[in-house]
Parts: sequence; structure tokens; C-alpha cells
Amino acid sequence: MIDRAHIGRTWEPWEVEVEKGRLKLLAKAIGETRPIYTDEAAAKAAGYRSILGPPTLPYCLLTDSPIGQRYLTDIGIPTERMLLAEVEIACHDVICAGDRIRVTRRVADILVKKGGALELVVFECEFTNCADGALVATTRNLMAVKNVQ
Amino acid sequence: MTPHVGDTLPSLELPPLSRSTLALYAGGSGDHVPLHIDSAFAKQAGYPDVIMHGMLGCAYAARVLTGWAPQEAVRTISARFTAITYPEEQLTARGTVTEVGVDGVANRCRVMLDLFNQAGERKLTGFAIVDYPS
Repeated sequence: MIDRAHIGRTWEPWEVEVEKGRLKLLAKAIGETRPIYTDEAAAKAAGYRSILGPPTLPYCLLTDSPIGQRYLTDIGIPTERMLLAEVEIACHDVICAGDRIRVTRRVADILVKKGGALELVVFECEFTNCADGALVATTRNLMAVKNVQ
Repeated sequence: MTPHVGDTLPSLELPPLSRSTLALYAGGSGDHVPLHIDSAFAKQAGYPDVIMHGMLGCAYAARVLTGWAPQEAVRTISARFTAITYPEEQLTARGTVTEVGVDGVANRCRVMLDLFNQAGERKLTGFAIVDYPS
């Protein structure tokens, strides 16, 4: 069982620079071909600072944590039995190439369902633009762990 | 023009899911978990094959929104993953306006999102709040 004492736990925030090449690759991966997502000149002509990141980009930036997946093992999540069950993304502002984003992560809740057969861990993350400190996005994701009984 | 309840957004019909797409998404998203790109690893973990990143499905659902309204209009996206997707499955993402005037804001819409395969199996269900440009 995952110890509920981990509710409220946080990790050291980290900063990530959003690179043009990454956004181009991400656009290609999700099949997004419109130039605002792939071409800096087109994005600027449309009024953006640079190439635009898609609305789901904040969740991708979570993978840039310097501790990798250790946040999961730190609280006793068996990663081989874990799947992403739900996600919510609140978009307060767009994120563009060249932006430097500061990311924080905390454990918002730990729930036990089905008599212990299912455990749910809720993580909440905040994304702020380092240039002005403005909150650009928040994410809330629910990881499900299936226990064999 | 303000949307109406029942309006359907242009849907997104995707080609059969390829392993190349999963590899590209692993690189672009930064999610390098081998379950999505290494079939030997996936089999060892008890799956018949590599499985699609859930967030790729969410990205497809988000494309339905950004294909309909400017991205700045998208306020929130929520998704619940309901089934695992494997290579060769052919996905379609859809959106339907279910409420207009959310929170008393005239152009604020609630859009139901779903993603399903060629057999009609639902992979994702969710909703978004979009301030459709007036």
C-alpha cells in the first residue's frame, strides 16, 4: 500500500527551456502540420513569440524533471503496475519556443479503491514563465496502481 | 458566431497507429518509458505489444479543439483514459458542444471529447472549456 503520509509531498522545482526542435518533433508526432506549430516565421506572423506548443505541452515538460521517475518510486509507486488514468490541464497562457518554464510538483491525494485492489495517486503541477513569473498552466493527473490480491 | 448546443466539431480521423508514431511521440514528449516503444519490454510486462502513450490520445483530442478554435481560447482539457490502444488501431477524435454560456459567460462552451477506434471501442472520454471567439 502507498503510504498516505506522502500526501502534500513536494520535490525541488525545476526549469526547462522549451526548444524549437522539440516542438517541431512533437508537432510531427501528433500529426499537427499547421505552420504556427512548426515554423517560427509563420508563428511570429500570427502574433506568437515563436513556434507555438500544443495545449498538452505542459504535461510533456514533466518528463524534463532532473529526477526522472524517481518521484514515483520515492513514494512507493510500483511503476510496472501503474498507468495514467486521468489528466486535467488548465491553460492560462500559451507556451512558445524559447520560453523558460519553472515546474513544481506535489502529491495532492492518495486514494484506495475496491478494497485495496486499486490505488490512485493524484499529482498537481504548476508551470510558470520564468520571464515574468506568470502562471501559464496547471496540471492534475491521476496515476492508477492495480494490486494483485 | 456563437456555437450552439449539439454542434459537432470537425472530427479528426487518424491513420492506423504505427510504431514510428510512438517512437516520434516518445522523442517529442520526452516520455521514454519502454512500454511504449520496446515490444520485448511490453511483453515482459504482460502486454501483448507496445501500448500507446495515453497523452498522445489526449493530444489528438486537443487537436480537435485547436482545429475549431484558436488555441488561446482553450481554457481547460480533462480526459479519462478508458482503454489501452495498440499499434494498427485506427482512432477518431470527436468533440460536441454540450453547453454554451458556462459560468454565465456568453461565449464559454463546454465541449465533450471522445476518442475511439475502428470497432467503436472508446479510449478516452473527457471535456474541455473553450471561450469561443465572439
